Amino acid sequence: MPSDPPSALPADTPPAVSDPLEARHVLEFPGGYTRSTGPVIGRFLTELRDRRIVGVRTAGARVLVPPLEYDPDTGEAVTGEYVEVGPAGTVQAWAWVSAPRAGHPLDRPFAWATIRMDGADTSLVHAVDAGAAKAMRPGLRVRPRWRERPSGDITDIECFVPEVTMISAPVRAEYRVRPGAALTRFFTKIKDGVLLGGRCAACDQVYVPYRTSCPSCGALIEEEREVADTGTVTTFAINNLPDPRAPEVPFVSAYILLDGTDIPMIALVGGVPAHEVRQGMRVRAVWVPPEERTMPMANIRWFAPTGEPDVDLSADAPGGEA
Amino acid sequence: MRDVAIVAFAQTTHTGHDTGLTEAEMLHPVIEEVRRATGLSRFGFTCSGSCDYLAGAPFSFVSALDALGAWPPISESHVEMDAAFALYEAWVRLQHGDIDSALVYGFGKSSTGELREIMTLQLDPYYLAPLGLDQVSYAALQAAALGRDRTELDEIVRRSRADGRANPHALDLPDPSGAEYEVEPLRPYDIAPITDGAAAIVLAAGDLARELAENPAYIGGIAHRIEPHYLGMRDLSRSPSAADAARAAGVGKGPVDVAELHVQFSHEEPILRAALELPEDTVINPSGGPLAANPVMATGLIRLGEAARRILDGGARRAVAHATSGPCLQQNLVAVLESAPSSQEGARRG
Repeated sequence: MPSDPPSALPADTPPAVSDPLEARHVLEFPGGYTRSTGPVIGRFLTELRDRRIVGVRTAGARVLVPPLEYDPDTGEAVTGEYVEVGPAGTVQAWAWVSAPRAGHPLDRPFAWATIRMDGADTSLVHAVDAGAAKAMRPGLRVRPRWRERPSGDITDIECFVPEVTMISAPVRAEYRVRPGAALTRFFTKIKDGVLLGGRCAACDQVYVPYRTSCPSCGALIEEEREVADTGTVTTFAINNLPDPRAPEVPFVSAYILLDGTDIPMIALVGGVPAHEVRQGMRVRAVWVPPEERTMPMANIRWFAPTGEPDVDLSADAPGGEA
Repeated sequence: MRDVAIVAFAQTTHTGHDTGLTEAEMLHPVIEEVRRATGLSRFGFTCSGSCDYLAGAPFSFVSALDALGAWPPISESHVEMDAAFALYEAWVRLQHGDIDSALVYGFGKSSTGELREIMTLQLDPYYLAPLGLDQVSYAALQAAALGRDRTELDEIVRRSRADGRANPHALDLPDPSGAEYEVEPLRPYDIAPITDGAAAIVLAAGDLARELAENPAYIGGIAHRIEPHYLGMRDLSRSPSAADAARAAGVGKGPVDVAELHVQFSHEEPILRAALELPEDTVINPSGGPLAANPVMATGLIRLGEAARRILDGGARRAVAHATSGPCLQQNLVAVLESAPSSQEGARRG
């Protein structure tokens, strides 16, 4: 094929390279070669046009998909018996193309695979549109996705796609919630900049937030007690998923044992890099200024380190957990 | 069977880019070198291996004859394959007994086109080529079917590239690094580099072999075998055709000092090693192999040349060379090269 003269290059030709003696040369058979298919391959492609995948049976009763004219094991001509296979098949081996080439069947990342069609004894080579490499595995069940207008070509199967094994089930319901009597009392005091607890006289335990009955003995809690806004981190978690209450990640949520209480309260820890938060760290509530206070717990931005020495939380230490 | 030996071998200093020479210009010094080494200016038979699709010009192999000077007319043939298969044809031609010498050469400039897509053109036009299945993609399917450990493949590349840096004809490539994939599971460094280059070998039969070389590398056995073309008809994790060719060539009938294998992708080495049943102590691809320089259409011939060189220089007694053609090691040629002729028992052949 002669080189195209520069004037014949299509408009999308990249600009000429700096070497004036370097030319673009295209080898092309316009319209493609016409090739006779023969009866065996022709039958396969004809069936494909009707969206059926067939194999051919060998004298040894194996089913070759795609059909060949001769049994590759024996060299004998195959029988005239065609067998419909699939439409599903099983991936044998796969290779992942993350940057498709112009000639590839898909313009987004995809897998090449050898696919054993149901009812076949050999494997078909084709593309699998699986979205991501991690969706591919030997044994994956796939089915063909057909081209809109089949013409009798191996590309009538646009590609294969995994069988359906998973669905996404939406769940959503809306509620109107209220905090209840005890929490309403607690929140009222929060708005005033006070953390309210309750003391069970029978157990001698101070609970915060305030509650009306003791979770240990069931007795009515009659004594309100305002507690300090300082405390000690007993345990904590570093969160990497944003939350409406803490949109910046990572953030730390911690159990904080407020001074003078017996049960830790869960709250955010801030004003310190997440990796520096530790058990035993002393913290103090950071209050929103009174004129900016809105939602009850949002009135405390978070708890921030006080800079005091850490508390020893081991069981036998004074003030440690029992 | 006549004793036929490799008596001379030459190759270019291969490059990873187009140096601006035509194929004939690239080939000429290599032909000159084997002519000088043997003192022969004409040969009983000439056979070459090349691929017109590499240059994109029909009959480009005919223009390469300019590198020989084919007048008065010479007896010449060509295979549209790696020149290792041209060497096979020359070996058969020498068995006719009426000539004693043959020149074999191969050349290729894969820098000028898109080799990975040019290789799609060798696939069957009904089932595979329309999919645009490229060379790296089908090799990746084979690597996936084999499923070898990444550490083992990395070590093959590391060793090949280190040996290549010590070989003045091969490319200087760094130790493998990087975690990205070309086509998963193949990383870019698992793939033989794009290379331009050429090589030539002179075969001589009978007394002429002893006259032309001090230590001729006798072809003790040579055979090639082929498998079905369609990838889905094969177990890609094995190479039964390479195993058959190795048996026919008699690889297992003696120790193997050195084996030069046509490994264009790292995972092909364990497949071939198993197929050829090479002993543990055989040195594989001391030249660096194709992973260090892959002048397509000369690469397989260079395996024969590099294996022969170990015998010609007196360093090895028995070497094996392997060459391949077609997708995923479809066709395989195996030759056993020996420091002594095997005429008393008759050379094995395929």
